[in-house]
Amino acid sequence: MTSVTIRRPTDWTGIIFAVVLTLVIVLPLVVVGTWAFTNVWRFPALIPQEFGLRFWNQTLARADVWSSITMSLTLATTVTFLSALVCLPAAYAFARLDFPGRNILFFSFLAGHAFPKFGLLVAIAGIFLQLNLIGTFWGVVLIQLVGTLLFMIWIPVAAFQSVDRRMEEAARDVGASPMRVFWSITLPQAGPTIAAAILLSFVGTFYETEGAWLIGAPQVRTLPVLMISFINNQPVIQYGAVLSVLLWVPSFIALLFARRVVNSGSFARGFGG
Amino acid sequence: MSVLKIKDVSKIFPNGNVRAVDSFSLEVADGELVCLLGPSGSGKSTLLRMVGGFERPTSGEMTIDGEDITHVPPEKRPTGMVFQSHALWTHMNVFKNLAFGLKLRKVAPDEIKRRVEAVLDLVGLAGYGTRHVAQLSGGQQQRVALARSLVLEPKILLLDEPFASLDQHLRERLREEVRDIQQRLKITTLFVTHGQDEALSMADRIVVMRDGKTEQIDRPDVVYREPQTPFVAGFIGTMNLIEGNVANGIFSKAGYSTPLPVSDGPAILAVRPEALDLAVASEGSQGKVHRVTDYGTHGLVDLELNDATRVKAMVSHPDLFRAGQGVTLAPRAIAAYRDGVVIHRA
Repeated sequence: MTSVTIRRPTDWTGIIFAVVLTLVIVLPLVVVGTWAFTNVWRFPALIPQEFGLRFWNQTLARADVWSSITMSLTLATTVTFLSALVCLPAAYAFARLDFPGRNILFFSFLAGHAFPKFGLLVAIAGIFLQLNLIGTFWGVVLIQLVGTLLFMIWIPVAAFQSVDRRMEEAARDVGASPMRVFWSITLPQAGPTIAAAILLSFVGTFYETEGAWLIGAPQVRTLPVLMISFINNQPVIQYGAVLSVLLWVPSFIALLFARRVVNSGSFARGFGG
Repeated sequence: MSVLKIKDVSKIFPNGNVRAVDSFSLEVADGELVCLLGPSGSGKSTLLRMVGGFERPTSGEMTIDGEDITHVPPEKRPTGMVFQSHALWTHMNVFKNLAFGLKLRKVAPDEIKRRVEAVLDLVGLAGYGTRHVAQLSGGQQQRVALARSLVLEPKILLLDEPFASLDQHLRERLREEVRDIQQRLKITTLFVTHGQDEALSMADRIVVMRDGKTEQIDRPDVVYREPQTPFVAGFIGTMNLIEGNVANGIFSKAGYSTPLPVSDGPAILAVRPEALDLAVASEGSQGKVHRVTDYGTHGLVDLELNDATRVKAMVSHPDLFRAGQGVTLAPRAIAAYRDGVVIHRA
């Protein structure tokens, strides 16, 4: 008996794409990561002359770094919580109810993303100035809340719509009240996709810079805002690099958590896939 | 004792002002299985959903054991519904699917376990409690869906085309099992289907529906043998419906004629293929053989009258007929309809 081996042609286009993508995504991360753990790296050396944690010690010794980390985590948690509180019932209403102006209202959540964001923020800042919200925690919360609306409305709407109505009816049939149906059937069915939306909102808020800077600075200083001031005001690259690595930590933890509760299909379902 | 009464129930959907169910009345006796049979859009599923509480009737009244349930929400009705798509909760295992309704009723955990195991045994799924829904076959999922309703011991069981998504072999097996269980439990059942085989083999009575109205309510054998309208005649089984004219007691159509003792005028002659004898005729033929299909146990002859009207006849010896042959027709049992009602049966 002879075996025939079919050789698949090498997909050079695919390989080139993969290499280019890897370089574009990974290379900046490697450079930033390297700078964060570098004590000395002078031109024209290709690799640092001295690795070390000197700049970590210096950065973490600063009180403003710790206060900005706390501020960023508090802000991201508060905004995500409030966004979920406001948006999830609204998303359920968009998914399940038919009311006048539903479509226009639904698409209006895109409006915030249809303009150059900075122009919108400046306009809002003008209103916040009159309301004495500039430089306040709740001013930043409000401006960042606007940024989460798209994810927290559109993705949960798709999630609720993908829940089979017959499952909900079957629950009512066995004696569940509408509220019990929501908690025991609809939410667990839509849960992974909603978790994806919450994750995106948290990470998006944590990294949000423009709104936090325009509305919050200088009193409310988040980690990304602090990083920008470090990069702008300090000639030492390592400070910015250390903060960048610090900024990865929450999203890394969030993604690890997400892998446990969210499968990749949940993201796809959230976008109607 | 569980009797379902539906009195003059109508349902008009606001979108497009569609009258899905039109002044429908029915009484389902204790332990009886009634099939709602009709084509798509005949209103049978809407009617079942109204009994289940998922649609509100526009008018009319529904009672179970004399108690008005017309405006009672589904969770408070003594009904159990089995959905076409099974509608099992995929985030729960089989046991939890069955126990959910019992927990809502605050049944003690030991009693929940006993009742769930008993009903799983009843539907032939003993030991499947820990399985996840996704691990079950289509037939097993349908059994779980049935068990989920039965475990709550509803007064009225509602089945909404429960076998539609299953293959033919499984469908036949399951409908026998469901009928056995229904008869063993003596549970009053309303069953929606568009499959006439299901209706004929399972039902104590069949309600044939069309455009939201009742065409006929009868025992399966009566519906099959004595359809009251041309629609029922054409919908149940295979029926030759020949539109022609009656003059002086003779029905005629394109060279074919047969005695029909009714008044003169247009009429529809209805003949089942199995009640139509054929004979090969070299002269004076009334039709021509178009195609012969041999099914092994019997044959089916498709023939054309002189105006190309198609007629089917079931024959025991299909080898006697060939395409192009002239034949004469001799019906053994006929019915005749005029203005939508039966005017003669012999």
